[in-house]
Parts: sequence; C-alpha cells; structure tokens
Amino acid sequence: MATAHKTETLMQVTDLCVDFWVDGTMYPAAKNVSFEVARGETLAIVGESGSGKSTSAMALLGLLPDNARTSGSVKLLGRELIGLRPQDLRSVRGKDIAVIFQEPMTALNPVYTVGFQIVEALRTHFDLSPTEAKARAIDLLAKVEMPNPAASFRKFPHQLSGGQRQRAMIAIAISCDPVLLIADEPTTALDVTVQAEILDLLRSLRERLDSGIILITHDMGVVADMADRVVVMKDGVAVDSGTTLQIFESPTHAYTKALLAAVPRLHTATERRDAPPAQVSDRAPALSFRDVAIEYPKRGRVPAFRAAEGITFDVFPGETVGLVGESGSGKTTLGRAAVGLLPVKEGSLSVVGVDITGARAKGLRPVRRKTGIVFQDPGSSLNPRWPIGESIGEPLYLAGEAKGRDLDRRVEELLNQVELPLSYRNRYPHELSGGQRQRVGIARALALAPDLLVADEPTSALDVSVQARFLELLQGLQDRFGFACLFISHDLAVVDELADRIVVMHRGKIVEQGAKDAILRNPQDPYTQQLIAAVPVPDPVAQRKRREGRTAK
Amino acid sequence: MTRGTRPPMPEPAPSIVEETNENAIALKEIEGLGQAQIVRRRFFRHRGAMISLVVLVVIVLLAFTSVGFVIGDWQVGGWWQYNWVTAVAIENGGMPTIDFARFTFGNHPFGQDEIGRDIFAVVMRGTQQSLMIMVIVGFIGTVLGTVVGAVSGYYRGGIDGTLMRFTDIVITIPVIVIGAVLGRTVGIAGAPVLALILGAVVWTGLARLVRGEFLSLREREFVDAARVAGASDGRIIFRHILPNAMGVIIVNATLLMASAILIETGLSFLGYGVQAPDTSLGKIVSENQVAFATRPWLFWWPGVFIISIALCINFIGDGLRDAFDPRQKRMPSAKNMARGNATGAAS
Repeated sequence: MATAHKTETLMQVTDLCVDFWVDGTMYPAAKNVSFEVARGETLAIVGESGSGKSTSAMALLGLLPDNARTSGSVKLLGRELIGLRPQDLRSVRGKDIAVIFQEPMTALNPVYTVGFQIVEALRTHFDLSPTEAKARAIDLLAKVEMPNPAASFRKFPHQLSGGQRQRAMIAIAISCDPVLLIADEPTTALDVTVQAEILDLLRSLRERLDSGIILITHDMGVVADMADRVVVMKDGVAVDSGTTLQIFESPTHAYTKALLAAVPRLHTATERRDAPPAQVSDRAPALSFRDVAIEYPKRGRVPAFRAAEGITFDVFPGETVGLVGESGSGKTTLGRAAVGLLPVKEGSLSVVGVDITGARAKGLRPVRRKTGIVFQDPGSSLNPRWPIGESIGEPLYLAGEAKGRDLDRRVEELLNQVELPLSYRNRYPHELSGGQRQRVGIARALALAPDLLVADEPTSALDVSVQARFLELLQGLQDRFGFACLFISHDLAVVDELADRIVVMHRGKIVEQGAKDAILRNPQDPYTQQLIAAVPVPDPVAQRKRREGRTAK
Repeated sequence: MTRGTRPPMPEPAPSIVEETNENAIALKEIEGLGQAQIVRRRFFRHRGAMISLVVLVVIVLLAFTSVGFVIGDWQVGGWWQYNWVTAVAIENGGMPTIDFARFTFGNHPFGQDEIGRDIFAVVMRGTQQSLMIMVIVGFIGTVLGTVVGAVSGYYRGGIDGTLMRFTDIVITIPVIVIGAVLGRTVGIAGAPVLALILGAVVWTGLARLVRGEFLSLREREFVDAARVAGASDGRIIFRHILPNAMGVIIVNATLLMASAILIETGLSFLGYGVQAPDTSLGKIVSENQVAFATRPWLFWWPGVFIISIALCINFIGDGLRDAFDPRQKRMPSAKNMARGNATGAAS
C-alpha cells in the first residue's frame, strides 16, 4: 500500500559502508548503501546470502562485531546514529528501533517465560511496576493475536509452536512502540500457512503503530506481498531500487532481472501450462509404500510417536514424485524410511523390487547400492573433516566398486557430472558455498548410479538463483540416468517446476495425491487448497488479489 | 585416496565459481586451508600456549639429558656429574650454589640434602618419573575414555546404560583410596605400573564428554549419509565421528595429564606412590617435609617443577581448546583496527 502523499522520513541512510577486519586487511561487506524509510512504509532489502543485506541492517543498530568498521550516515528522525556513544545507542535499540529475528527459537531465551522476556523489555525502557508491566505484556500478546494471551504469558518458548514464537518475538519488538521495525527474514523458518498469518500480522501492526518496517528477505513472494519499496543488493552494493511495482514489472538492472527469472513460480489455474503427458509406467515401481505406518519408538518416559500412517503410493522409474507438506507432517520420515534409515512398523515397503519391511542391516545391503539420498542441510550432510573427494568416493569404496586410481577416476567423473571443478576434490566442505555443497551431495548420492534418489528438501537452504541451477542440474541428471526421484519439499513452486506427480501430506497422513496439474490447479482437499492459497506469488498485483481472496473466505 | 598433485584438468563452467559463500568474508582468514592447518595456525597464535610448549620442551630435555635415564637394561648417561643416589661431601652447608646475581651455577646449584645427595640430580630424576607417569596416565585414560564414551554414545540404549553405570561406579571410588590400596602393593614394581593403575581410574570424565559429543554427532546428516552408503558401525565410529570429536578429546587429554601430575604428587606425598629407592617430585617433597624450616630449598625446587609442568600443560590445553573452537573469531586490537582504518578497505 504505497502511501499517496509524502510523509515524514523516519530513517535516512546515506553512503553506509561496512568493512570487516580479517587478518590484517579490511574487507568491504557493504559499499555506499543509501535508502530511506518513511513513516508507515515497508522497505524490503532483497539479496542473496553474502550480499550484505543483514550486515547493513545490523549496522543501523550498531550491532556488528568488534572487527567491523561502519562509516557514512544513518539518521533516525534527524538524529545521527553513527558514532553515537554505546550507552546512547543502547537507549535507541529496542525503544526506537526494534528487531525481529529469523529464528524465534534461538532469539528467545529458552530458560525464561515469554511473559518474563516481554516484561524485561518493557521495564528496561519504561518506569513500570511489575503488575503494570504484566498487564501491558498481556495486552501486547493480545495485540499480536496470540491465542489465550494470559496463559501464553506463563509459557516457555519450547511450549509454543513456531508461529506463536514468532508472535511472541514480535510482541517484544513492538513493546516500546518503536518507530522503526527491522524484520530480518521473519518468516524464513516458518511454514507457508503460518508465514501468511505472520505477514498479515505485520501488515496490520504497521497500520496500527504507524511505524516503518525494514524487511530483509530473499523471498520475492514475501516482497511482493509486503513491500512498498525495494532495494536489491548484490556483493555489498545496492544495485537497484524503486517501488515494488517498478521492480517487479519493469526491472532495469540485469541482476534484478536474473533474480526474478530464477524465482520458481507456482502456476495458477488460469495460466495452466501445457504439461507433458504423464508417463504411465507399466514397469515395476522403484519405490512402493503399501499402507505403511512408521513409529519413533518410545524412549524412557516419552511414548512412541506415530509419524506416518496409512501411507500408500508408488514412484516409478524415470518419474519425479513431489512429496509436500508442512513441518511435522511426516514427509522427511517417509524419505528416510525409503532409504532404510527408519524401520517400518506396519504395512509393507519395497524399494527397487526388494521388500525391506523387516530387513536388518544385511538385508538392506542390496538396497543401499541402488538408492541415494540428498539431505536438506548442506552444512551438516558432509563430514567436515573429509575432503569432498573422499566423501563422494565413499559409497563406491564401500560397495567394492572401485579402488585406488580407478576410484579417483570415478570421483572425477562424478564431479564433472555435477559441474564442479576437479580441483574441488581436495577441498573441505567449509570452503564451499551451500549450492556447491549440495552438488557434492548429489554426486555422492549418484555415485553408485542408483535406481531411486530421495531428495529431502535439497534446496531449502539455497538462494533462488542457486536453487534454479540446482533444479536444472537435477533434471538433467534424471533425463540422463532415468532414476526414480522422490522429491520432498515444502515449497510448492519448486515442486511445480520439477514433479510429475504430487503427494500431499498432513499430520502423518496422505490427504491427496495425483498428477501435478490436478493437485496444484484443481485441488480437492481443503488442506491442499489452504496450502496453495497461502503461497505468496512473486507478483505484487496478483499477490494482493490472492490475499484479498484469502481474507474474504 | 591420494591428495597429491595431479595433472591439470580442464575445469568446466566458470559460472559456478562465482557462487558466493554465506560468510565469505569470515572465511577469508581460513581460505584454502584444511581443518588441521586451521587448528595449527590458531594454536601457534596463542601466545601463552606457545610459551608453555617451549618451557615444557626445555623441562623435558633438561630432565632426561642431565642425569640420563634407565629403560629396562638400556642405560643412558647424562652430562651432570652427580646421580640421584650417591651422597657426596657437603659443600656450602648444603645451600644452593646457584647465584642469579652473578649468573653462576656452582657444584650443587639446587643444594644438597642432609646426607649429601645432589638435589639437582634428585629433582631431575623426580621430574623424569613424574613426566613418565603423566604421559602413561594421559594415554591410558584417553584411550579408555574415548572407547567407552564412543561406544556408549553411538549405540545408546542398553549398552550405554551398562557402560555409564560402570563409569558411575568408578567415579564414586576416590582416586586417593584406589591409589593407596593398589599403589602400596604395585608401587614397588615401579612408576610405570603405578601409572597404569592411575590411568585405569581417571578416564571417567573423558568418557562422559566423548559420549555427549557422540550423542550429538551421530544425529548429523553426514552419519546418515555414511549409513546409506553402507558403512559399518566401526567405520562410522572411527572414521566418521571420531575425527569430529578430536577437539574435545585432545583438549581433555591435556587436562587429564595435568591432573595426573598432581595425583601422583599427592599419592607420593602420602607415601603410597613411587617407592624408594626411586623418587618422584611428590616423594622429594614428602621426604624432606621435616626439614622445611632448616633446608627450605629441598621444598622449593620440586615445587617449582610441579607447578611449572602443571601450568604448562594447562596452558597448552587452553590453547588447543581455543584452536579447536570453530566459533573463535580473531578480533583486532585497537592498534590493528586503527592501522586497518588508515590503509582503507581492500577491494
């Protein structure tokens, strides 16, 4: 909602530079960044990881580590913040500028109740008695639409769901009526339906508090949904800026264009794509779930937890099945069961023609050689103490397929296939970027030329442009090797790009499955409909329409 | 897999190289280095640890070359004119002849005891014994603690329960009591046997830490990846998880060694440790405690060596801990920051 008349400028940033001292040299993280935020306006700072967007925002608050040097000018309501004494800056933080962090679980202190943390923020900046502060805190929790505010006041962060935690975080942030709210990827860690709720909340708060919001994000859908104006950053430089409409409709800078092109789009019913005819395979399925239930066994006093139940679906050779659902829906559980990492409690599961329902380590061996898995977190899925060449070669070595020179040659071949330079084989995981690590993950999964590849949210930790390239690579490899792929994701747009068929999961059960177009363009189940409606599309006009349609319901 | 140089290969698609890393700037410091190289570099930068390492090396060299040593039948003589058993005529009233002002050592730099033995030779022999006990205890304690902790943490369940209850039992028995009971009987067999006994009781703390480390590391995805690749349990434990727990193990091994020195000293002081005619630092202190008022140097010299060794080991442990901490970031001093400001940004 761009404000028609020019209102008061809250924050004016001119020529902001941030450099980091590393080992005797200063490295620039942000170069001459300038922008301004008006009252009641949302400014989105967009960029990929390492672009300096978070660094610039933290520099506004003086929250950078000691090896950072900030120069330029940051004026909040005409008052210069750079070069302010630490104690003066502290009174600005929280009171005039508040921050909402990405991960509410780590941003909230786990040993104190939510109420305590709100009261603490209130009493730091205002002269309040404990009872007054408590009343105000409950008031704030009601304001952020927390269910049952009085009870939530006494709850610890771990007793709340992800969305509720983020609400509590927002309650702390708005406790002192800040004039400027910095939201650093506030919805990245949340499911789409929860994300939609949090964005609605932020929008209504902006109107009620009449403050400005700086939204840092990499999600173009969120930008289209929330922002009035956009600054695009790349390598520490603000390469493009303008109103949201300008940026989306007629981007001028090449990088902005590339960024927008890389965003996967969820195609709506009206713009139905001419999908390739669904290959109905009469071959035996590579992966077949028959009425499967999976339980996490009870441990000590914690009772057994049934993560999935009544699961029946097939994945045929050469096709990609998208398994979608929100966190806790049991989709990762199915992926892990498919490669034999979790035992099946009921029903039967067969992988590449072998029934692994009750198989133990020995029975799984033939299956291991024909399956591969790409994990979600590229930071954790490679052994940090091993050069990546060794990680890629391990399945080959263990299967006894290759040794010595032969093994080296096979590893080089695999690196070639995932388009990584051969020199990378002696590098360690920490030297690679997320996208490169994920390529290594694929190379390892494909080492034994498997018949089934399970990809567990392989792109959720990647930037959009990297994600686009990764998806292309995956498709290319599938065309070449013809493996069956179970692609697990929470991102419907990614699944739309890749999958032939889709299985939707909710609370451990399959609610709907079928061909891609049937599920995404004509969903029958109310949960699927809700899921699709909540996905923000990277188009401001269309997104507003969708939002209004959603709220009207 | 060999890591040597290999013939240059055509490198594909330059476009992917420009992919930016999330924390590219923070990684500038460790660009192109392996894990071990990073740790080594950080360790060498820790001033306290480096000084301690040098001091410790000097002490070890001094102790072993000065009076020589005996291993089984193999005897090596030293450059010092006296040994630790023969008494010689008392000079200078037994007082230390070392003179820091004129920088001369004299015949008996550390003095002599009442029967005329050269204290320098005695202290050097004591240091040898204490160091040897320290190394053996450290080694045995580390191996036992690591294996028990690794098995316990990796398998969990019943195996974990059994091993940890056994660990609890060992923890509940005071080291001094075990040392007193066993030390008396085996102490006569020499310091190495005593060290074996001590090593068999001090591994408990390390076992607990390694177990904790394994419990968290086994949930990491690279372990699942290895399992999917078909790796056996042994391979996962020793090739995958253990190298990642090395930081905790090395650091605690050094602390274990520092405490081993103190345990040995305490036991020998009580008379349960190393038995005569051999000697150790604790035993020297204990033997001469009656002469504290008249011949204080009999006390000071072994004391100085006990403190120096324990302090050095602790400092080295501290340096290793810092070096293995991945979150450790080097912050510039005010001077360096100013210099950085003056030179301006590198671009």
